[in-house]
Amino acid sequence: MTLRRTAWHRATVVSVAAETATARRIELEVPTWPGNDAGSHVDIRLTAPDGYQATRSYSVASSGPGTRLVLAVDEVADGEVSPFLVRVLAVGDPVEVHGPLGRFFVWTPSADPDPAPVQLVAGGSGVVPLYAMAAAHERSDDGSEFRLLYSVRTPDDVFFRRELAALRRTRVDLVHTRSAPEGDRRPPRRLVREELDRLTLGPALAPRIFVCGSTPFVETVSRWLLEAGHAPAAVRTERFGGSA
Amino acid sequence: MSFINSGFTGRRGRRDERLPPGQTLVEDWPVLSAGPTPQVSTADWTFTITTEDGAEHRWTWDDLTALGIEDVTTDIHCVTHWSKLAMPWRGVPLDAFFADVDTSADYAMAHCHGGYTTNVPLEDLLDGKAWVAVEAEGEPLTPEHGGPARLLVPHLYFWKSAKWLRGLQLMPDNDPGFWEQHGYHLRGDPWQEERYW
Repeated sequence: MTLRRTAWHRATVVSVAAETATARRIELEVPTWPGNDAGSHVDIRLTAPDGYQATRSYSVASSGPGTRLVLAVDEVADGEVSPFLVRVLAVGDPVEVHGPLGRFFVWTPSADPDPAPVQLVAGGSGVVPLYAMAAAHERSDDGSEFRLLYSVRTPDDVFFRRELAALRRTRVDLVHTRSAPEGDRRPPRRLVREELDRLTLGPALAPRIFVCGSTPFVETVSRWLLEAGHAPAAVRTERFGGSA
Repeated sequence: MSFINSGFTGRRGRRDERLPPGQTLVEDWPVLSAGPTPQVSTADWTFTITTEDGAEHRWTWDDLTALGIEDVTTDIHCVTHWSKLAMPWRGVPLDAFFADVDTSADYAMAHCHGGYTTNVPLEDLLDGKAWVAVEAEGEPLTPEHGGPARLLVPHLYFWKSAKWLRGLQLMPDNDPGFWEQHGYHLRGDPWQEERYW
């Protein structure tokens, strides 16, 4: 982990694109950005013409030393900040960014010749920081085994679909909760415990585990992981769904 | 260095003088934690204050209730930008535990089940400013909200209100706790926006 000073930065939107039906990928250029570790997040502050401000936290999908930041923001119904980011924000617009934030829910390449394997468990848009970790691992010489179990509602809700499919050093398992792709033998339903046990690295391998999703998802998954025999200290959690 | 985000209006009418800068009012109660939720029963629960000399003062759940649980209505402010206003809590003021504790230490490290720690100056814990809380919104604290007992230090950002509290270690220096070692402010006053260092 590199110590990177947290500060306010002025960012400029360089590209926007639909990520899913409800989410948008936003690429920012931040000339003063110190870089960020995979898994960290930023605060985005918006200022209305009369000075009213609102701030929200978003995970960063990118990592490393560059000055480009990639966010993938899911619009929260009745939200205050996310509807603006998803529907209104345009290329060339300035945005205030505070960060990088978070020095615990992060992954950095290990110098250890035999590093512990890493299990990522994502629910919905909770995949954003975990995708950042898998992408950082892909670019590194770190030899640890990586797996991602990703629970999504429908095939259309998959974030980073192309990028996940292109990962060569992370095994990705998708489970669909509402509707499954044609030909999928698994009926759409919530992740069940037997699947979590089967589709994740077992406690005998002593993986480091990162879980990110809604609070009920994180509570359920982390409880099952402990009951399967994983050490509490091996499981790191992050949740979304505070304020929108 | 603020500038205008044209087209952004925000949610008006929900601004409140009781909201510190950068905070947004929520009606629900978001959950945040860095790891799995520990399951601790009141039968097994104890609370220990350890002084800088190593002297231990310990309370069981029955001891805690015997100290007198009081009603507290307070605003709480999370560093992740949400605040809840006028939230009903019940708990035992830290002053009750410290009545018989002899110390000249200025700081305390809260220790929790699951390994979480956070540092708090003693002056932020005493004089009616902090509680060992056991109920919120009329119900016993659920495990995900820190039950059976958590620290309640509502005038500081809520990561200081440590969940799954099991003890306080008194200390002469303001050593950083868990989030404080990971970049959060040593004190965390929401009115000063002491979020990160």
